[in-house]
Amino acid sequence: MSGHASAENIGHGSPGHAPAPSTHEQPSSFTFDAQSEAEIGRILAKYPEGRQASGVMPLLYLVQDQMRRQTGSAWIPRVAMDAVARRLTMPPIRVYEVATFYLMFNIRPVGRYHLQICTTTPCWLRGSDEVVAACKAVAGVSKFEEMSPDGMFTLTEVECLGACVNAPMMQVNDDYYEDLDGDSTRRLLEALKRGETPPRGPQIDRYNSAPVGGRTTLLGEVGERSADGQPDRHPDTV
Amino acid sequence: MLSDKDRIFTNLYGQNEWRLAGARARGDWDGTAAILARGRDAIVAEMKASSLRGRGGAGFPTGLKWSFMPKVSDGRPAYLAINGDESEPGTCKDREILRHEPHKLIESALIASFAMGAHTAYIYIRGEYWNETRHLQFAIDEAYEAGLIGPNACGSGWDFDFFIHRGAGAYICGEETAMLESIEGKKGLPRMKPPFPAAMGLYGCPTTVNNVESIAVAATILRRGAAWFAGLGRPNNTGSKLMAISGHVNRPCVVEEELGVPLRDIIETHAGGVRGGWDNLLAVIPGGCSVPLIPKSVCDTVLMDFDSLRAAQSGLGTAAIIVMDKSTDVIRAIARFSRFYKHESCGQCTPCREGTGWMMRVMYRMVEGRAEPEEIDMLDQVTRQVEGHTICALGDAAAWPIQGLIRHFRPVMEERIRAYKAVHGTPAVVTPDNLPIAAE
Repeated sequence: MSGHASAENIGHGSPGHAPAPSTHEQPSSFTFDAQSEAEIGRILAKYPEGRQASGVMPLLYLVQDQMRRQTGSAWIPRVAMDAVARRLTMPPIRVYEVATFYLMFNIRPVGRYHLQICTTTPCWLRGSDEVVAACKAVAGVSKFEEMSPDGMFTLTEVECLGACVNAPMMQVNDDYYEDLDGDSTRRLLEALKRGETPPRGPQIDRYNSAPVGGRTTLLGEVGERSADGQPDRHPDTV
Repeated sequence: MLSDKDRIFTNLYGQNEWRLAGARARGDWDGTAAILARGRDAIVAEMKASSLRGRGGAGFPTGLKWSFMPKVSDGRPAYLAINGDESEPGTCKDREILRHEPHKLIESALIASFAMGAHTAYIYIRGEYWNETRHLQFAIDEAYEAGLIGPNACGSGWDFDFFIHRGAGAYICGEETAMLESIEGKKGLPRMKPPFPAAMGLYGCPTTVNNVESIAVAATILRRGAAWFAGLGRPNNTGSKLMAISGHVNRPCVVEEELGVPLRDIIETHAGGVRGGWDNLLAVIPGGCSVPLIPKSVCDTVLMDFDSLRAAQSGLGTAAIIVMDKSTDVIRAIARFSRFYKHESCGQCTPCREGTGWMMRVMYRMVEGRAEPEEIDMLDQVTRQVEGHTICALGDAAAWPIQGLIRHFRPVMEERIRAYKAVHGTPAVVTPDNLPIAAE
């Protein structure tokens, strides 16, 4: 990888084919930091020669992570899309297209904690309305897509997150919080406000996706790691 | 019902170690080189003999799909692309494989890739599964480190690389060609077929796309034999399958169960039964939100497999069982799915782009009852004009839940309309001034 910082250091004023204008401030430049640079080579090695465009989604994720590290808000400014385009030798419009097509790329700033609440039918059947109400109340916002006045929370209504047997649930930044209700949601947000990171996963006494009260299958298969009935609050320390 | 000795996913809940040492203790990576030594044709023949049907929803025979890959390369590389974009509402089974059985998936991916002449496999994992992705990446790193994959994988002489590509929140990327577009760094817009991926898939090269579960069971089938797998379930509906039971049950869960078991037994044995008892059941969506719901009268006797559910005008889909008890506003439950499809339509085909929005708006009027009874027929007719008229199956998937609702719950819809009229009188005639606009 050639990529050193100055090549990515832009700040030109030409709007080009920019995504829809928004009210927030766009930074005038973006430079991949050392941590991102180290990742870029590793990412591009996954794809065949000449197919570096495959790196566009991973690089947009890198931008988002770097913005979170640097500013506390995980989003992708337009100058960063341009930096990705240059790095991958793609027309900027192709990067804008991808950045705006996929929901997980935030093209405007989000709060320190991005609360993505599932309201699709399986979660709705089990009370996602309560989770939404609790999030709005504690965060102090009246509608989705709004950031709380203190910059702590952004609420986004999302479609099914694929944890339906642990409904209702929501995603806080990278982590799933499952088996919620109004009270546990309020407790979770209050803890986040205090700067704590409560254990992810089921918020009731439950073992991952096994039935509450214990497994109906795979009996007598418990190994050394954890005993049934003790929810695995830290499944990985990778 | 399935006994523990016949379960494939023995660490389904992560109750044991998911890393390499634990996987080996459960029998993963045992004699992998010997399986590869049987040769490509023998592996494909064994998979065909197992009658495994794809676990991602469509139910296409997996072995047959593998056999479509070119036997002799024309110079282009071949690829295996594993679909881990699990986004069908109700479905949360591949998640368990990714986080608790990653080595089953990696070993099976090696075998499958070998059987189709591919040296590289990509797995596309939905972006939200960040922690699951970390587990799989850790397991991949372990497998490289142990020489199980990489150059001369397992000492077999076959070179094999396995890479993760993360999605970023687009249901449509679960459609196989949209997924390939996405890996190539583009918007996830489904491609016209033909050419099919086996002829021209990822980077224009021969590619097979399989669901995570379809791949992950391969090593166990080859180790225990096609006859064992085919001996489970019913003819043309063989084997076991991961099922997710969500909604109004006492103990929602994911479980591996044999195909062909009565739906009622699965709900009562594994999920603690319907909330308030079986007689409190209203309807079940048996295979993820794309398949039509079935009312209690069908649920009483239907078997959980491809052919039985098809005969009941529904489908096995991903075996994601969404249970609704009698407290459910079933019109609203289906309307919420219409909103889902409207949100997830990629916008490429007009019938889907416009149709999903149109269907959603009418469905939400049906929730209120703010409609005329004839509009139920019109809605049904529109679903049939979307169905089958789009590049991919998202249009069909948006149509079917509504068709199922009308088929089984038309009296409820009519009653809602009557109730609305009783309070509000006949709804205002729609004029150009108050006509809802298509785009939103």
